[in-house]
Amino acid sequence: MTKGIADVSGPQPVLECRNLHISYYTRSSEVPAVTGFNLKLMPGEAHGIVGESGCGKSTVAFAIMNYLGKNGAIVGGEILFEGRDIAKMSQDELRRIRGSKIAMVYQEPMSSLNPAMRIGRQLAEVPVYHENVSWEEAYNRSEAMLANVRLPDPKRIMDAYPHQISGGQQQRAVIAMALLSNPKLLLLDEPTTALDVTVEAGIVDLIKEISKKFGTSMIYISHNLGLIAETCDRITVMYSGQAVEVGKIRDVFAHMHHPYTRGLFSSIPLPGADKNARPLISIPGQLPLPYARPPGCTFGPRCSGFQAGRCDKPGLEMQAIANVPGHFARCVRLNEIDWEAAAKTHKPRAPIEPGPVVLRVADMQKHYTIEKMGVFFSKDVRKIKANEQITFEAREAETVAIVGESGCGKSTFAKVLMGLEQATAGTIHLGNLELGQVPVGDRDAGTIAKLQMVFQNPFETLNPSHSVGGQIARVLKRFGTLPTAKLRRDRVNELLDIVKLPRDFAKRLPRQLSGGQKQRIGIARAFAGNPKLVVADEPVSALDVSVQAAVTELLMDIQRTNRTTMLFISHDLSVVRYLADRVVVMYLGRIMEQGTTEEIFSPPYHPYTEALLSAVPIADVRVHKRKVVLSGELPSALNPPKGCPFSTRCPYVIKGTCDTIPPPVRLFGNGHAIACHLEAQQLTSMLPVITMRESEAKPKSAGAAPADASASVASGGAAPSRATGISTTPGAANVAAIAKLPPVPQPPHMNGTPVPANLRKPLPLTDAERARLALERLQANDASSSTEQAQQALDALKNQS
Amino acid sequence: MAVETIPASGGRRTAILPGWLSSILLIRESSIGTVGALIVLFWVLVALTAPWLAPYDPNKNLYDIGVAALPSATNWLGTDEQARDILSRIMWGSRIVLTIAPLATVCGYAVGIVMGLLAGYYRGWFDTIIMQVCNVILSFPVLVLYVIIMIKFGPSALNIIAAVTFIASPQVARLVRSQTLELREKDYVAAAKMRGEPGWYIMLVEILPNARGPLIVDGCLRMGYTAITIGVLGFLGVGLRPPDPDWGGMIRDTYSYLLGGQIHMALAPAIALSSLVVGFSLLADGVREVSLKD
Repeated sequence: MTKGIADVSGPQPVLECRNLHISYYTRSSEVPAVTGFNLKLMPGEAHGIVGESGCGKSTVAFAIMNYLGKNGAIVGGEILFEGRDIAKMSQDELRRIRGSKIAMVYQEPMSSLNPAMRIGRQLAEVPVYHENVSWEEAYNRSEAMLANVRLPDPKRIMDAYPHQISGGQQQRAVIAMALLSNPKLLLLDEPTTALDVTVEAGIVDLIKEISKKFGTSMIYISHNLGLIAETCDRITVMYSGQAVEVGKIRDVFAHMHHPYTRGLFSSIPLPGADKNARPLISIPGQLPLPYARPPGCTFGPRCSGFQAGRCDKPGLEMQAIANVPGHFARCVRLNEIDWEAAAKTHKPRAPIEPGPVVLRVADMQKHYTIEKMGVFFSKDVRKIKANEQITFEAREAETVAIVGESGCGKSTFAKVLMGLEQATAGTIHLGNLELGQVPVGDRDAGTIAKLQMVFQNPFETLNPSHSVGGQIARVLKRFGTLPTAKLRRDRVNELLDIVKLPRDFAKRLPRQLSGGQKQRIGIARAFAGNPKLVVADEPVSALDVSVQAAVTELLMDIQRTNRTTMLFISHDLSVVRYLADRVVVMYLGRIMEQGTTEEIFSPPYHPYTEALLSAVPIADVRVHKRKVVLSGELPSALNPPKGCPFSTRCPYVIKGTCDTIPPPVRLFGNGHAIACHLEAQQLTSMLPVITMRESEAKPKSAGAAPADASASVASGGAAPSRATGISTTPGAANVAAIAKLPPVPQPPHMNGTPVPANLRKPLPLTDAERARLALERLQANDASSSTEQAQQALDALKNQS
Repeated sequence: MAVETIPASGGRRTAILPGWLSSILLIRESSIGTVGALIVLFWVLVALTAPWLAPYDPNKNLYDIGVAALPSATNWLGTDEQARDILSRIMWGSRIVLTIAPLATVCGYAVGIVMGLLAGYYRGWFDTIIMQVCNVILSFPVLVLYVIIMIKFGPSALNIIAAVTFIASPQVARLVRSQTLELREKDYVAAAKMRGEPGWYIMLVEILPNARGPLIVDGCLRMGYTAITIGVLGFLGVGLRPPDPDWGGMIRDTYSYLLGGQIHMALAPAIALSSLVVGFSLLADGVREVSLKD
């Protein structure tokens, strides 16, 4: 069956993997890492490989480079690059191909660049080595390529050492290096995982552009379905060393057939998922160990549609999906499983009613001073304003998400709250207790028990030297509520039950647990003393997708039963939309916007929220995102912009105002607050970033449905559905829609008039304002793709006037 | 970097032995480590059984056999310049090395760990003072320092231990400090702080056990260095008092014969000393190798 994949005559494929088997050799045995892998990559095509850790996706990439290391080997099948088997090439040939015809971009840009060499020289080496050009020409080419990957000021970057530029810039430089010799094939192994969301969006954009501009074929490896959906044409879903589903992005994302693929999709918070009405469904069980894979379908033991005698029969092949060319899935019960029925068994939960205010933070401020002793005892004192004017409240049983990228001060805030640091000014009240100035050593056991934390990194959250049960028991002993060892042991068992782990895990050491299990222990430890407030610092971001869902659900279940307040710190807006009741958006130590989840995810937006929303990859092909790509990088916290911290990257920046005066806080009622210089009606008139296309068949031009489109714009995003903030515009290209708005009655010009405090409805705009907005938005977008639309918009305006 | 590597749940090997023993036995994974362990084990057995296995009293002068006799059937390694049996002296000598070297190393570690933990965990002026004191000690020529200490306080086993502790502890402190600086940033340390654990608890229970990997490797190496140090002190005549059989002293005593070309008397203790040191080094390499594997 597999031979039939993409069976088209015509151009020769760039890369073809045929029945590829790769094994690693360990001390004791051979471990098959990849079995029976097939792939056909045509020129200019982008192919995504998605899967959880340990599924063999990176192994495939290394095999393509023939760089498996000493203990790995291709044990069967072939990898044909331009028709020649890579495994049969000599080291010399491989050296010539690597870097010139096949290039690879890794996850960590800093470790791909030589820290002791200027960027320019590292780049120039590529053409000098592979094409024997002169250094001068190589330098010229390198500089041009740096401009091609849209690095500002390529000259400066050429002369910089890697540590002198930011992570996003480093990754762009690495991509430039990979493209310098115009490779036929570009391997991208999680190229944006180490980067912040808004920076990631820029790189993703660049990657999309590359295949168009240079005709490079790409293999994009990621654990993130959303990223694959945005960048690739085809996708291979891998599970336990096998490809389980292959097909066009559109086919697989809209009608996935393999139970594992389906499991993946139901465990990620897609738009429309809701913690009460439509909770996530995690995949039960665990990834089988490579040397203990079940016979037949490797997913069998975790599959709800498992049928003994059929699913566990060895020799399971890819099955073609009827009527969809190029779509395959490795499942014998492909057309039999009734997924609709399975989905309906899930019971919706009742929404939680939040209680009284538990945590009240008022004008909290945290500054760090850095003292540098200069020569002659001159002191250079600099201040890092890690937190400024942090004001918000959290109520009982409520989940408040604190969202922001690295360096936004969310972790500093957690430290102050937990008592590891003291606030410079302002107050933090937990109930009636003031905690801002009280270090953890001065808090009594009762207060400490009330306030606990779940950490991000499962490998660091537990002490590797002590048994899991002992670590939980220590917490109980510390809090002093359970006087005897027997009572504590009982409570440990009870807690293990709560986090759904077997009781004999108490004796285990952390390294005998998987990442998800460690995180469960971390949760058990945090909830051991029945806390009132739990700070969860990205508790699932380091876990695999299918485990994420289970841990998220567990956390929420415990929170629900204990009516605990949760501060959920995250950079992932998809998760936040799914589980948060209220959201606080932070940037460079300041709160940019706060409000209920619904309010944050629908207009009016703070420009930064708008960019964040647009940056989050969404694994749903029906979703249309308005593109807002930020230019520039996060400013250093040592030297933040004077006025609004976002002013250096804001597409709406008002020169002379935003960069000098701190922004006023505009209130929209119900606690929704935006700190921005833009007038309230301009904020309100923003279009929703995420829109759901109801049906693909509907015409896409705005002219066909002007009434609908205009209605959606005028109401500021057509009735956002609860907690998702997704408005449904029937297939309308929003940009064109705004230009074609019918004229509306014009109110007196709004500039200078006081803004009503409770501005829930957007005010109508004048034609001129609408045109300016449309153009601004277009300018913020990628120029290459939208000049045409801009022209249309302008034409439409002219016609109207 | 844990030293032992027990496979995760459902692994292929099931542990029947107690944890510590099976972790020690993991040294078999490394061939050089196994060789090192066997050498060290050999000397430990020799030291333990010397009173019964040694053919002669190590301090008895066998004048009927003769001074500086070559190896023979009765005296396998010959006799020394005072007609004492070299084999017996080496066997008894191993007891001294293998008592003093571990004791001195352990003492050096105890002091060094305390200094390193305090410096690394509390940072600030405390760190500065401890590290500057360490730097001063480290900047002295080690050998000169040893000789000064031994001459000043007189040669005895206790003083050797004190001298080794004085000189080794700054080096251990640096190692522990660098480990502590790294480990204090871990989330489990933050979690301990957040439940209000006192500093000593965090240092001893949360941090120290996780620094044990590099410390064990370094400890094996240091054991070897200490053995050399004891030998060198003996050779310089500031070690243990004669007539106790001290390997370094044995080499020194035959010095004049060595110049005359009769090397067998010096060769035996030299080989004994270097084999023990090599054994410890190989063991250290092996432990490092096993701990890096997974």
